[in-house]
Amino acid sequence: MFSRILIANRGEIACRIIDTARRLGVETVAIFSDADASARHVAMADHAIRIGPPPALDSYLNSPAILAAARATGSQAIHPGYGFLSENPDFAEAVAQAGLVFIGPGATAIRAMGLKDAAKALMEQAGVPVVPGYHGGDQSPERLAREAGRIGYPVLIKAVAGGGGKGMRRVADPAQFSEALASARREAQNAFGNDAVLVERYVATPRHVEVQIFGDGTRAIHLFERDCSLQRRHQKVIEEAPAPGMTEAMRQAMGQAAVRAAEAIAYVGAGTVEFIVDASDGLHPDRFWFMEMNTRLQVEHPVTEAITGLDLVEWQLRVAAGEPLPLRQEDLSIRGHAVEARLYAENVPAGFLPATGRLTRLMFPQGIRVETGVREGDAISPWYDPLIAKLIAHGPTRQSALERLAAALARTQVVGCETNLAFLSALLRHEAFRAGHPDTGLIERDLSALTLAAPPPPEVAAQAVLVAASPVEGVLAGFHLWSPLAQRIELRWSGNPVSCGLVVDGPDWASIAVDGRAFTATRSAGIWRVDGSPVFDTLAVLGEITVFAGVLGTFTFQIPDPLDRQIPGTGAEVTLSPMPGLVRAVLVAPCQDVTQDAPLIVLEAMKMEHTLTAARNGRVAEVLASEGAQVEAGVPLVRLEPADD
Amino acid sequence: MRLTTKVQPSSDSFKVNRAAHLALLEQARQAAEFAAQGGGEPARQRHASRGKLLPRDRIANLLDAGSPFLEVGATAAHGMYDNAAPGAGLIAGVGRVHGTEVMVVANDATVKGGTYYPMTVKKHLRAQEIAEECHLPCVYLVDSGGANLPNQDEVFPDRDHFGRIFYNQSRMSAKGIPQIAAVMGSCTAGGAYVPAMADVSIIVRGQGTIFLAGPPLVRAATGEVVTAEDLGGADVHTRLSGVADYLAEDDLHALALARRAVRSLNRPARPLPTGEAPAHDPEDILGIVPADLRTPYDIREVIARIVDGSRLDEFKARFGETLVTGFAEVMGQPVGVVANNGVLFSEAAQKGAHFIELCSQRQIPLVFLQNITGFMVGRRTENEGIARHGAKMVTAVATTSVPKVTVIVGSSFGAGNYGMAGRAYSPRFLWTWPNSRVSVMGGEQAATVLATVRREGIERAGGQWSPEEEVEFKRPTQEMFDRQSHPLYASARLWDDGIIDPRKTREVLALSLHAALHAPIEPTRFGVFRM
Repeated sequence: MFSRILIANRGEIACRIIDTARRLGVETVAIFSDADASARHVAMADHAIRIGPPPALDSYLNSPAILAAARATGSQAIHPGYGFLSENPDFAEAVAQAGLVFIGPGATAIRAMGLKDAAKALMEQAGVPVVPGYHGGDQSPERLAREAGRIGYPVLIKAVAGGGGKGMRRVADPAQFSEALASARREAQNAFGNDAVLVERYVATPRHVEVQIFGDGTRAIHLFERDCSLQRRHQKVIEEAPAPGMTEAMRQAMGQAAVRAAEAIAYVGAGTVEFIVDASDGLHPDRFWFMEMNTRLQVEHPVTEAITGLDLVEWQLRVAAGEPLPLRQEDLSIRGHAVEARLYAENVPAGFLPATGRLTRLMFPQGIRVETGVREGDAISPWYDPLIAKLIAHGPTRQSALERLAAALARTQVVGCETNLAFLSALLRHEAFRAGHPDTGLIERDLSALTLAAPPPPEVAAQAVLVAASPVEGVLAGFHLWSPLAQRIELRWSGNPVSCGLVVDGPDWASIAVDGRAFTATRSAGIWRVDGSPVFDTLAVLGEITVFAGVLGTFTFQIPDPLDRQIPGTGAEVTLSPMPGLVRAVLVAPCQDVTQDAPLIVLEAMKMEHTLTAARNGRVAEVLASEGAQVEAGVPLVRLEPADD
Repeated sequence: MRLTTKVQPSSDSFKVNRAAHLALLEQARQAAEFAAQGGGEPARQRHASRGKLLPRDRIANLLDAGSPFLEVGATAAHGMYDNAAPGAGLIAGVGRVHGTEVMVVANDATVKGGTYYPMTVKKHLRAQEIAEECHLPCVYLVDSGGANLPNQDEVFPDRDHFGRIFYNQSRMSAKGIPQIAAVMGSCTAGGAYVPAMADVSIIVRGQGTIFLAGPPLVRAATGEVVTAEDLGGADVHTRLSGVADYLAEDDLHALALARRAVRSLNRPARPLPTGEAPAHDPEDILGIVPADLRTPYDIREVIARIVDGSRLDEFKARFGETLVTGFAEVMGQPVGVVANNGVLFSEAAQKGAHFIELCSQRQIPLVFLQNITGFMVGRRTENEGIARHGAKMVTAVATTSVPKVTVIVGSSFGAGNYGMAGRAYSPRFLWTWPNSRVSVMGGEQAATVLATVRREGIERAGGQWSPEEEVEFKRPTQEMFDRQSHPLYASARLWDDGIIDPRKTREVLALSLHAALHAPIEPTRFGVFRM
């Protein structure tokens, strides 16, 4: 075993690796960018080395600096975690050339799997099923129809040059093939000037099922499957193991296929073989096809750990240190069911935009596995993945695991940035998911229902009123001669006013009106309890009150400053940055006339370019940001004034 | 040592007393609630439809959430002016803003446009008097059309009339007692001086106006046609005239600005008083105090339900027993209690004077619990000089500098009223119970005095006066006394600061003392005691 390893990563995965290394008596070296100088993984590691400024290219992707740090600290091996350099064959090579151990497969395996089409061909050769299709040059209708028959209906005709659904047709019946083909070609010709098509098996109700494998270079075993069908734009949200509805025959078929895939490339270490599964008619051993192989530890590996009772990072270290695989296939079995939820800092109603902020509250319930790289008081910065934590629930049955996860999410408290906590809870309540029928289209299909921000129940607002008002304490509180005074309390929730009334009728007795509903509240030991409602935990910081209302959700109310009344201008006059990001381009200059929807600024955030446009016709009065500037969310960028007519 | 109790809540007399007190309380409550409704529902709706908060809601949003509000003169003008001025069209009381006690004076524009009736003036001046004596910053929530013209003769000219309001404002300002005005409605004529004389003034845009003469009067006087807004609106006064200092967008904004103005006074927040609860339940007071004022009872049973831990360090318990004196605390605030336990004899008066001297020297505030039919009469007491002894007590009460708070818990007749710090003796606060009676003497005694004089006249003239005729003669006097000594009659005329629920006496005293102790206690210089 190694005596010291360097972890070329950050956040929860770095912390996760340190946990296991420490248990095994392996010293750890953390690396950090300037943005992470006081991060949790830095505090946890035995040693920590600064690696560069905040941009990932200069820090966590800066392999020369990382290798230098490894050498400087006498590390014997480098664990790349996931993301960053974990699937970079050049890095793996450089590590090996530096005489260090790369904890993962060799550069060859990474390269083999990195080229998706080549990987598919490779897998086909190894007898791993791939999505049946015809990608050939013979575009004659007869050939295409024949191929479609071979592939098996329903099939999908896709423009080779395609995108955006243009030139795409689903064909369920051979009789309709030639007409669909003609129409797809016409559309493709019009859209792309190229009418070449390919034909593929149409997967009606696709599920994402992946198999965890482990190899020692000659032999590989599988650690069963995970279902990661709940995705949003290819981003996994909730993962579980085993896959719901999985049969023993299918599991064997998939497991063996995955092992064949691994052995075909003499795989070393942890890897995941991802399959697409047609679940339109239950799961069948002949309806799964290889998609790609991830040559690293997956984010969702803890669900596999939960059902197998193993520590995959320990296995990675042992295999990398030259030890044989700790167990044989027949030693492995599944115990219970595990579900993982990814808690992100993101603004769900705004379209899952990444969010930032300082975590003024971060509390997780006891009795559930939580992997996190941040602590209360830490910031979620705009520089990296906004994952706050993973919560992993394990139970004897799927039902119990889901319930435990739901209960844990209800008791999770995060304040300081927007999160997807309510979205996760909504997903866990989703009927089809609960019934064991996840598919990759589920989230998009029911997006509006899943992201509907339910207004706070009045009893929750009532609790917020008591915190906002923080009534005078003591035996004289609420004293009056004949009738008590009724105070107005104005709160805002999600931009909407919540008008409430408060009557403190005695030292420990109050009545609250919210939306025409009246509540009484009593105070004991300084804590107010709204009648008929549990005492919700609350947090008041920076003009905001968060009520952690358990299964009802978490609600953050703003307390408007009654003195803040002269807000100049309206939203139409000032263009604000919608999210933290980098100003890529400023497209206008002062005194320039612009029309509504004219582009003003290009903002780069989370690898996406967002063009901010004028909300109305007008003249540019001021440009408040310059190119290359890093801006926070809500910062004014351009101010318009009325143009002279 | 804790006071013990002999009260038996299961006894018939307890139940009878309690029922009688609850009935009286209900009467007082109804009067207070009527006053709290101001000018009635249509006027209130009209007021609210203009986007204005009702005066009590203004006060609620001015004060800290859950702040105690010690209201003064809640039933002022009750039964007067054909009930046209509930609460005298003004709300006044002591409450907390950012932990600082302030005197709030709010016009109720739903009552005849907030114009000043004679009782309105009296109530406003009384609130200012309390503020001045207790060094409480004043916050005026102005919404008034000025003097009530049909009553101008009783509102304008005299010393304690309208002009005294501004006199008080400037005198208090000179003493460093802050004066803050928020103009939330009209502020016409003399009223214009409330914000103008204030240290800091706030005005609500589109709502508040300040002018010496309104548009109609301007037109009559000079022919100039001008709108109220252009004449003296919020924009004018904050931008052009400088009569107001802060522009508010609406009532809530104005109240927030007023709160900030109080915060900016740089006065330390004082924690509310607190202390060990009485060992005996204040609820029992209703069953303890006899329904009939003439029935004697031990006042210690009441003291035991007011003071901390029911503890009284009784002074001179064996001497002059009809007056109970002793040291105690009310929510941690030391007090000297002076309480009647029967008619005042010479010894009791001397003991009272002695005790007041002790408290004055020690700077301990005095609490008077009045239940007094008077000083003992008759040859023996007159000859031994009860007037001399009574004068000693009156001198002590009149000249002590320690704050006095008086509660009339029963009778308040004759010179007993003087010796026990009645209204004329300027207690910082004077509260009454619903069962109390205040008059120069009891109604029956007064009627009997008059009847005796009458009988002597008739009989001197050789006439006859039948007992029936005498009863008939006595009735109107008795009825007049009954009516005029009623606590609602008294409170309507601000002979006191209000009727209180006897069960809340402890809280009322605690808040009264707390307010009074804002002001430093000056050293006492007594007058000449007739020895």
